[in-house]
Amino acid sequence: MNPNIVTIKDPILTIEDLSIAYDKKVAVKNVTVGIKKNSVTAIMGPSGCGKSTLLRALNRMHELYENITTTGSVRLNDEDIFKMSTIRLRRKMGMVFQRPNPFPTMSIYENVIAGYKLNGNSIKKKEKDEIVERSLRDVALWDEVKDSLNKKGTFLSGGQQQRLCIARALAFGPEVILLDEPTSALDPIATSKIEDLLIKLKEHYTIVLVTHNMSQAARISDYSMFMYLGELVEYGKTKNMFTNPQDKRTEEYLTGKFG
Amino acid sequence: MNALNETDNTRSRILKDKIVLGIVIFFSLLTISPIVLIIGKLIAKGYKQLSFGFIVENTPSTFEAMTAISNHETIPGGIANGLVGTLLMVAMAAAIAIPVGIIAGIYLYETPGKFLPNLIRNVSDILQGVPSIVLGLISYMWVVKHVTNGFSALAGSVSLAIMMLPMIVRSTEETFKMIPQSLKEAALALGVPYYKVILKVMIPTGFSGLLTGILLAIGRVMGETAPLMLTALGSSVINLNIAKPTSAVPLLIWEFYNDPNMVDLIWSSSLLLMIIVLSLNVISKQIAAGRK
Repeated sequence: MNPNIVTIKDPILTIEDLSIAYDKKVAVKNVTVGIKKNSVTAIMGPSGCGKSTLLRALNRMHELYENITTTGSVRLNDEDIFKMSTIRLRRKMGMVFQRPNPFPTMSIYENVIAGYKLNGNSIKKKEKDEIVERSLRDVALWDEVKDSLNKKGTFLSGGQQQRLCIARALAFGPEVILLDEPTSALDPIATSKIEDLLIKLKEHYTIVLVTHNMSQAARISDYSMFMYLGELVEYGKTKNMFTNPQDKRTEEYLTGKFG
Repeated sequence: MNALNETDNTRSRILKDKIVLGIVIFFSLLTISPIVLIIGKLIAKGYKQLSFGFIVENTPSTFEAMTAISNHETIPGGIANGLVGTLLMVAMAAAIAIPVGIIAGIYLYETPGKFLPNLIRNVSDILQGVPSIVLGLISYMWVVKHVTNGFSALAGSVSLAIMMLPMIVRSTEETFKMIPQSLKEAALALGVPYYKVILKVMIPTGFSGLLTGILLAIGRVMGETAPLMLTALGSSVINLNIAKPTSAVPLLIWEFYNDPNMVDLIWSSSLLLMIIVLSLNVISKQIAAGRK
């Protein structure tokens, strides 16, 4: 056991001995870690350290690609995610991507409700309206778009599009939201809006965020992981990690010696 | 002294640049001149014959044409039998080639780098290079001899469908490749089953690209003559029975060319065919431009 990895009591997500390889190249090595409920957990590390790979394993996105093998176990509320259907799992774990990717053929309204629409779930119009309004309010987008719900989602600015994508992930009422560098394609103002939003969202959701931006991790996360070359080097309260890193590599990364 | 030399040098370089630019523009114009000349010639020689009757009436007999010519009148009749035949056969060819081509194209896109898809892609490319008359022969062997027991619109459609197929396969694959992978992942991340992602996200997103490919393929086969000679044969009246010989506009042009009394009709027929094909091209270009 790595002494620099703190143990979380009653974690919502329990990752045990998780390894992920692209063909024969191992990208994530034996990661064992717990994620705390209703908190923001940031995964940091230099490019190619395996942070996105780790995140994408959590909703089994890797199964799209045949050359990726995953071993180890991940439990969501003590349920093995590899035994769940991907459809149920992905509804419990929403995902937001690096670049805003609203569906270009759909309106703002349809984008929010896309999870229901694409699955062919028939729900009442009134219920739909409620979900759309609640989700858009959650991401503080409602006031900006309430008069143009029928316009295409791609008509919005980059930051608005990303908030729309978060609203889309929220519509199903997931437990965990995975975000893969959600602000790296956005300007500073849009970034700060999303950051405020994430801090607010942790009241109801558990947030796992991949970021290459250390100051972002410092600003919004409660817990931080530092990964290097596929290995989880250090994990703990963000405040502790930034003020008193235990591992030399963490310290060097945080002080800008590499990365 | 140095500064002066530089100025001279600059001047001669600007001159060279202008000469080269002139040559480039000349050859560029040369490449588009055939189409301009063709359209000009067709309009000049064909417009007189072009009328409403030309679109809705069947082809005249040689005798009618001969009488009209000797009386210095315009040749009566039109090419309605050819237009209907062309539309019928192209529509049937599209009905065969579009679903097959799109499904194959999706398969190639979804499984890159595997042996079977690579094989299909290469064979499909080879198919694109097969002379159209050979496709006509194949359809003759399959359909004319064994299915309809005679020349037929169906046989013509099959040969046109084989021509369209590789074009649609390729354009489908290329269209899907242009859709960001993240869009597919976004839909999957919403817990949407894979087949619904293809049907409800990928196809609508790439719709205009698919449509462009289909329209170009239709425009391409619409003017095909050789395969139809061996399959549809031709007919002097409108035929809607797919098991019977059928006419087509390019077939009529060939027939008019071979008949000294009707030869004047080739211009107006070609002009009409050209207008239809060019319109399809312009529409598909508009759609393609609209999606950028």
